Amino acid sequence: MYVLGVESSCDETSVAVVKDGREVLSNVVLSQIDIHKEYGGVVPEIASREHVKGVSMVFDQAIKQAGLRYEDIGLVAVTNGPGLIGSLLIGVNAAKVVAMNYGIPLIGVHHIAGHIYANNLERPIEFPCLALVVSGGHTELDLMNGHFDFVKLGETQDDAVGEAYDKIGRVLDLPYPGGPVVDKLSAIGKDSYHFPRPMIDSPDYNFSFSGLKSHVINLHHNMTQRNEPIIKEDFCRSFQEAVTDVLCQKTKRAAHEYAVKQVIVAGGVAANRGLRAKMALTITDIPVYFPAMKYCTDNAAMIAAAGYFKFAKTGVADDLFLNGDSRLALN
Amino acid sequence: MEKNIFVADLAAMKRFAFAVARHAKPGFVIGLAGDLGSGKTTFTKYLAEAMGIQDVVNSPTFTILKIYRGTIPLYHMDVYRLETIGYDWSLEEYIDGDGVAVIEWYPYVGAMLPKNLLSIDIRATGETAREIRIKGEGEYDKVVEDVVRRYGN
Repeated sequence: MYVLGVESSCDETSVAVVKDGREVLSNVVLSQIDIHKEYGGVVPEIASREHVKGVSMVFDQAIKQAGLRYEDIGLVAVTNGPGLIGSLLIGVNAAKVVAMNYGIPLIGVHHIAGHIYANNLERPIEFPCLALVVSGGHTELDLMNGHFDFVKLGETQDDAVGEAYDKIGRVLDLPYPGGPVVDKLSAIGKDSYHFPRPMIDSPDYNFSFSGLKSHVINLHHNMTQRNEPIIKEDFCRSFQEAVTDVLCQKTKRAAHEYAVKQVIVAGGVAANRGLRAKMALTITDIPVYFPAMKYCTDNAAMIAAAGYFKFAKTGVADDLFLNGDSRLALN
Repeated sequence: MEKNIFVADLAAMKRFAFAVARHAKPGFVIGLAGDLGSGKTTFTKYLAEAMGIQDVVNSPTFTILKIYRGTIPLYHMDVYRLETIGYDWSLEEYIDGDGVAVIEWYPYVGAMLPKNLLSIDIRATGETAREIRIKGEGEYDKVVEDVVRRYGN
């Protein structure tokens, strides 16, 4: 079955065609990053306007590149949350128009489910499976016992990982988005400050990055006041080591406790090279998979894949009352 | 009215937030200011706890607005990214709405702020120590006095 995926939860307008939840026929992504750069982050109202501008073109390109017609589509899958409400609504409404016009079933997909299913585009997910979801808005560990069966084991109690990266970037005066720049600089820096590893030994699977963020900011502030030289690379490396230690250790413990067959990492921070390298060294007895770089950031192929499996499991489509929900829960 | 109080640690911050929460009612708007890591979200977590909200209250930076359902709703916003724009009218219905609105980086959306505003400016003076300036405008003038008295400073 050909599934048309639609994603517009943040600053990427994307439409894709995926066959049977595996084979990507097209994946068109229109990014607004250059527009939001000057504001140091995504501005909701501007994002909505840009989605409106690009959405028709992205739909048409996705169908054309797949070499299909709308009549060939068997299911329309759209991100209905969480995300920026104005942005979400544009994708949801565009998807509804196509579904209604061509009489195609419509299904709403959780954005994080999409990130998890990005892994399925390369190899089938095997269960039980542990998913570490790390992005600008999320940090959580989910256990999956089957397709579309998510049990949240723990989540961040304050800042998301990607957000903490961006804020550290802000303090160090690095260009937006800070995450990839911090990752890049940390490759040439040293872990000279050895920051605390918050909650690394806590018995639960929750995370906290706000205290670490404050610690880094305090040190930076104090050093600036004392006129000490700030070695940005070392700040980046020390921060990255602390963050990735916590993520890797907690993931490893959960993977063993639940005896999973595979560990998958999902979300924008899955593109972090430091995390990729350390996870491979930390978990050696269970396969650990990261999505291809192009499927780490927001895209509609992952939504199409997730929608395919959700529909296959439930057999129930959503009706045209489907709405966007900015804080939609995964389970 | 404007008062300065000293908060020594997290326990004191919790006491302060609980004192503010005594005044929670629909339409209550709290503005928070202070550098990254000064404790804006921490204050909000305690406020939510005092309002009977069970969900994990985490940072709203990414989505700008997070909505929590308690006895009355809590609208938690971070408007940092609106600095050069100054407003986002889609947030307006939550500011003058049926719940409590907490606006982190409130000076960035001056045009959207109501006349009745309780503003809380947090400054880090040590690892956990904070100096807080609490200011009440309009009908919140009297709130300041009560919060300071309850906090006991």
